[in-house]
Amino acid sequence: MIAYLGRRVVQSVLILLGVSLITFALLYLLPADPVRQIAGRSATPETVESIRRQLGLDQPFVVQYWQYLTSLLSGDLGRSYIQRSEVTELIVSRLPASLLLMVGAIACEVVIGLTMGLIAAVKRGTATDQSLMVASFVGVSAPQFVVGLLLLYVFAVRLGWFPIGGYGTWRHLVLPSLTMGILGAGWYARMMRSSMIDVLRQDYVRTARAKGLARSAIIFRHALPNAILPVIAMIGIDIGIFMGGIVVVESVFGWPGIGQLAWQAIQRIDIPIIMGVTLVSAFAIVLGNLLADTVAPFIDPRIKLR
Amino acid sequence: MNVEDIKRSGQAASESGSIRPVLSVSGLSVAVRGEEGERDVVSDLTFGLMRGETLCIAGESGSGKSMTALAIMGLLPQPAARIRSGSIRLGDQDLAALSESEMRRIRGNRIAMIFQEPMTSLNPVLSIGRQLTEAIEAHPSLPRSDSRLRALEALKAVRIPDAERRLEHYPHELSGGMRQRVMIAMALALNPDVLIADEPTTALDVTVQGEVLELLRDLQREHGTSVILITHDMGVVAEMADRVIVMRDGRMVEQGRAADIFNRPQADYTRELLAAVPRIGGGRMAEDRQDAANMPAELVHVGDLHVRFDLRGGFFGRVDRRVHAVEGVSFSIAPHETLSLVGESGCGKSTTAKAIAGLVPYIGSISIGGQDLSALSRKERKAVRRNVQMIFQDPFASLDPRMRVGDLVAEPLLIHGLGDREQRRAQIAALFECVGLSADQMERYPHEFSGGQRQRICIARALALRPKLIIADESVSALDVSVQARVLRLLKELQREFGVAYLFISHDMAVVENISDRVAVMYLGQIVEMGTRDQIFSNPCHPYTKRLIEAVPVPDPGRRRARFARLDSEIPSAVRRIGDEPRKLKLEDVGDGHLVAT
Repeated sequence: MIAYLGRRVVQSVLILLGVSLITFALLYLLPADPVRQIAGRSATPETVESIRRQLGLDQPFVVQYWQYLTSLLSGDLGRSYIQRSEVTELIVSRLPASLLLMVGAIACEVVIGLTMGLIAAVKRGTATDQSLMVASFVGVSAPQFVVGLLLLYVFAVRLGWFPIGGYGTWRHLVLPSLTMGILGAGWYARMMRSSMIDVLRQDYVRTARAKGLARSAIIFRHALPNAILPVIAMIGIDIGIFMGGIVVVESVFGWPGIGQLAWQAIQRIDIPIIMGVTLVSAFAIVLGNLLADTVAPFIDPRIKLR
Repeated sequence: MNVEDIKRSGQAASESGSIRPVLSVSGLSVAVRGEEGERDVVSDLTFGLMRGETLCIAGESGSGKSMTALAIMGLLPQPAARIRSGSIRLGDQDLAALSESEMRRIRGNRIAMIFQEPMTSLNPVLSIGRQLTEAIEAHPSLPRSDSRLRALEALKAVRIPDAERRLEHYPHELSGGMRQRVMIAMALALNPDVLIADEPTTALDVTVQGEVLELLRDLQREHGTSVILITHDMGVVAEMADRVIVMRDGRMVEQGRAADIFNRPQADYTRELLAAVPRIGGGRMAEDRQDAANMPAELVHVGDLHVRFDLRGGFFGRVDRRVHAVEGVSFSIAPHETLSLVGESGCGKSTTAKAIAGLVPYIGSISIGGQDLSALSRKERKAVRRNVQMIFQDPFASLDPRMRVGDLVAEPLLIHGLGDREQRRAQIAALFECVGLSADQMERYPHEFSGGQRQRICIARALALRPKLIIADESVSALDVSVQARVLRLLKELQREFGVAYLFISHDMAVVENISDRVAVMYLGQIVEMGTRDQIFSNPCHPYTKRLIEAVPVPDPGRRRARFARLDSEIPSAVRRIGDEPRKLKLEDVGDGHLVAT
């Protein structure tokens, strides 16, 4: 187990290095010039060149990347070009909001998705099953900004149950979490349903029935732990999808997280912030996958981490 | 004995006085809904089960025997199957009329069931102890605190060594035989009146089968349980049954005392069924080959073959353990000859076959037609390998469902670029005739054929390249006995006609005895005994060979074994730490080429 974790940590560091290299190279090859953005339209060519020198952007790619990497290893993500403050500080101040949103969204999709999938599988072939699957299909196919605006209109504008935007109380959290979670909930409902149907057909479920166990014991003790395994692996992968969604949802709801930070930075080609947010997201994805893989042996004793 | 036991035995005594059956089924019909509407899979079945009796329901696949069992348990697959008519009386209750919650109280408590597949019948994520105690707690006849004690007793009763520790184990840590014992422990924990065992030993190795059958017999004697044993194996029927019901297509063909069924079968079908059962020392299909000495040397030579699989572990993922699947196996096969490799699961017989077919990497030498494969280039090897074809165990899984069977058989020709379209077609048509199918069936898809027909298609595919050697890996194991007999006959005919040699891999000693010229017995990756069929079956020398032959149930109730020698330990694992090499067995000639490990 410890050897496994050690190996995974080494792998994770390599992945993050790879992500940093690829992102850095893409931003370097970008046809737009960040220095022009900083200097403004009226700047003279001399000013532009002097800013370029100041930021070290006149250096060859390898030198630039090496400088970024060495300061990264000492925990320094650089300074924002536009906002004139440390990227680390900017991210740290906004990360809690994004993490909160992510936890809320995961809770939504797991609770809604798994419940829907479970009920659909147990009631397979009935009208309940069919309507749940139609609902999940809508969840999967609706774009997030549409879902977000719809929820805002119904629950914030018309009914006034939740605030329209902002951050602070649990009421603020509900609509953004739902918006992010509905997509995943649809996927989970479908996955849980097929996984559960498959498990309910297994010989050991028949054995459990032959013992005279109650229906609830068969479903929750015998079938559910077996059916949930593929779904857990999915949650790890999901964090990556979240990072994409967070940019849209945070903009719609004015949620002060790193998604908004990234959105602003992309518009102004603020390379240090883009790099920082990308690395933090990659870290979250790697960590999420590692957690999902580490949890699996506690549910299924056949899985050994070597 | 608790109060309930006493009550039950009292009831039994009064019942036996009036000779009332414990369970009586009358006019039972089970219907299954399919695409063409409802169809009876069991029709008008009537029988009674006496206290302490073992009733065997025998029949081939599709005879309705398992459906009968599931109907009694109230476990028919929903919503497709239902009891259409008839009654199932347990004491005074009609089980067919009970609601699900009433039936739940009967299941596991008064009627218990064990299933065919011990590997999948236990929940992989719950410990053995948990699965046993929940079976006991499902029927609250004793305080919860006692259920663990009761579980432990049940495990001890099925002779699981170190029962206390086993309670904490998970199913995957137990062998197939051990898992089936846990299933039996679970079924008998509450002392049910009736135990239904649906093919309980079919998935087990033959020596383990012997032990499990004996265990069932002993437990039945101790508890006076009535047993319904469902099996396709007439050997098991002869070994276990007091009475026998023979079923076919959902109907009872014949019923009677075991001795009568075997000695004086009334129905034609029973006679056919019994005639098809392979027996050791029974009808011999292989002609005795006196000319073995003056046959051209060897078609295949395997010398000091090793197949090992590395297992990795530790921080750097270094190889730290190794599966010693095949350890220094040497043998040769002459043209026109059938060599059988026998042994129990994990002994390395299939891996040996795969090495010859080029499907796993190996160390050692394999030569085919005098050419050593390791000395050849890739292209030359492909040409030589054309002479070796395989037929696998499962005819359902080894044919691509989306291809026409004609194309499937033609595929090897296509891969090796032989003949043009018309020539290939003519050749395939001839092959279909050869294996007893008609040429106009070439355009159909695999699902339109029965299991036996599909295995014929697999044989036709193997023959397409006119190979010199066909490897048949458990090729008849999944077939019903009557189909099995026909396929075996076909294999022999093809051998006469085309002169192919067979490497026949099987766990079924009776089949092996019928088809082989020579036999090699494998144990833990090594050959422990090799010789002609007569040498092996008439004069088995190695203790393991003796055990294998003894373990085969004889399809004759008159020759029932008194006791089966019990093996106290399980077959050791072939996984070893690096550096811990297995001991190499030396084969010694005990006369006329009969080799025995010392």
